Amino acid sequence: MPTAPDANTVSVAAATATATAPRPAWRWRTSLEGVAIPVGAVVGGCVLFGIFCFFQSRNPFAVFAAIYKAAFGSWYSFQNTLVRAAPLMLTALCTALPGRWGLVVIGNEGGRVGGGVAATAAGLAVQSASLWFVILCMLLGGMVGGGLWITLVGLLYYKRGVNETISSLLMNYIAIAVLNHLVNGVMRDPSSLNKPSSYPIPDEKMMPTMGNSNVHYGLVFGIVACLLAWVLMEHTTFGFKVRMIGGNIRAARMAGLPVATLGLITCFLGGAAAGTAGMVEVAAVHGRANESLAAGYGYAGILVAFVARHRGLPIILVATFLGGILASGGILQREFQLPDATILLFQGLVFLSILFSDSLYGRFKFFKERGA
Amino acid sequence: MNAHSIGWWGVVIGVLAATVRGGTPFLLVSLGECLTEKSGKINLGLEGVLLMGAMSAYAVAYRTGSPWVGVAAAAAAGGTLGCVHAFLVSRPKVNDIAAGIAMLIFGSGCAFYFGKPYIQPSAPQLPPIGLGNWSSVPQIADALKISPLFFFGVAVAFGMQWFFRTTRWGMQVRAVGDSPAAARAVGISVTRTRFLCIVCGSALGGIGGAHLSLFYPGAWTEAISSGQGLMAVALVIFARWNPVQCLWASLLFGGAQAIGPSLQAVGISTGYYLWNASPYILTLLVMVLTCSTKRTLVGAPGALGTSS
Repeated sequence: MPTAPDANTVSVAAATATATAPRPAWRWRTSLEGVAIPVGAVVGGCVLFGIFCFFQSRNPFAVFAAIYKAAFGSWYSFQNTLVRAAPLMLTALCTALPGRWGLVVIGNEGGRVGGGVAATAAGLAVQSASLWFVILCMLLGGMVGGGLWITLVGLLYYKRGVNETISSLLMNYIAIAVLNHLVNGVMRDPSSLNKPSSYPIPDEKMMPTMGNSNVHYGLVFGIVACLLAWVLMEHTTFGFKVRMIGGNIRAARMAGLPVATLGLITCFLGGAAAGTAGMVEVAAVHGRANESLAAGYGYAGILVAFVARHRGLPIILVATFLGGILASGGILQREFQLPDATILLFQGLVFLSILFSDSLYGRFKFFKERGA
Repeated sequence: MNAHSIGWWGVVIGVLAATVRGGTPFLLVSLGECLTEKSGKINLGLEGVLLMGAMSAYAVAYRTGSPWVGVAAAAAAGGTLGCVHAFLVSRPKVNDIAAGIAMLIFGSGCAFYFGKPYIQPSAPQLPPIGLGNWSSVPQIADALKISPLFFFGVAVAFGMQWFFRTTRWGMQVRAVGDSPAAARAVGISVTRTRFLCIVCGSALGGIGGAHLSLFYPGAWTEAISSGQGLMAVALVIFARWNPVQCLWASLLFGGAQAIGPSLQAVGISTGYYLWNASPYILTLLVMVLTCSTKRTLVGAPGALGTSS
């Protein structure tokens, strides 16, 4: 499913232009538009949610104050936000990286599950080794497991022309079935009665938290992965080639780019990020593989990628923002007697508003460059 | 063999009954998705629509005491969510996959929020149509109690086939889906056609949800849907954008889902979880075998997945 040639084509043109022409003056109105519209959209989503709260006879300002307090109000609550943001950053990359090539992959959940299972298997195989070796093996296992899973999606697209959105969606369900099959079969720990799970990773081999905070190293993985993705896609020739393919695949073929190889590599990298999310879930949170690996973070990750326009740095911001929203679920329940689903509703409204705002670019006279 | 232990026949009858029961929501959402995709847009948010339909059908049936009013409410709720999706994707530069996922989150949020008070009470169920009353074997009589919404779905499938093939409106929908520019040139409003298709498609998806909460499994819970709404997109490809083939595909999916539990019922539990994934594996296999990099699939609307 080819996406519209958007800013990619523009940046290709801009790159060739800067080679010959002197650098143009800073176009502050365009830059301002890029900040004002998303911020306006978030505010718009919040206003909609505020109206909803008002009709549910809760004071919207009190609700927002509580959400802010629970998400960003103190170091303690911010830690909670960061813990939730880490998997979102990693799963978002699974859509974002292939997205730059022009593929719409929604197999985040499958990559996460595949990575989690592979990481558990790797961790169990070397569980008597030292802590850091176990974590390294789990990380490699997770990256390879998730990476291969999404590479298969790319391969089906390239070899057989199978629509990548549908195949990755199907592979989510297949991954979950394989997970259930394994944790009810060969990997099953007989002592896990109510919730069939794999054998556990020993407690002392679990991924530690950073310093004396509650935040585990998954956050570092998330931020580093996003930064690497940003550098790779925006500042290397590899990224330039991928973006060129996403902008105009025919032109890229004419230019002799290895279109398929680059596509498979981006799929592998995206899947490896999702697999790392699964590994973090096992190594830092549950200590074993079970169905909580498929916790629905995948779909939120897809939205994070789209909202951040498939770019690494904005993903960190958007994921932190969404992590904050997710972290405030408990307080809405305790202080306002609002059900958990309120957060889902809030999240949906904000995302709908942001997606709507995509259609507003270039519509306001104020943001048009003067004299251009 | 006595009437109450029918052995292996039990598996066959069980699978058949579960095929129709489990296939009905697939049928309704896939018909809705088929209508939507024929007009050139994708609606991944049907999962949210399905949940919202299930919740509103149950809540309204409980309040009014009539399951039929519940079905109407489900259609209305689905249509309302469809309006939001249709409005969003009619705007320029809005990606319909992303919009669908946002609608999925928003729709399930709404359903869980407003459905919270209805998890406990029990609502009146849709009356089954008993095709097996002639039989003295209770298993057969039970198995042939079929949801009225299944017959509704079958009627819609054949009706939609007729609509696409022979009516002027049907041709307009196909024109919009195949070549919006050409449709616009002969004076068809692309925006309005797509809007109507998405809204009607979502209403059908909502009715599919009503089958879940008012017939089988027959109660409102947050785990009521097992991804039927998302699968609709794959099903429509499987059925080659043909409404009558949606019917056969839905039955196949319903049947494939029933194999695992039925085998388990007679004591075979090997590969239980893998059997559950058989519809997905089957779809993927069919796509791998029939797709080609050289041409698009037969029946695929030309403008599907493009930003026109």
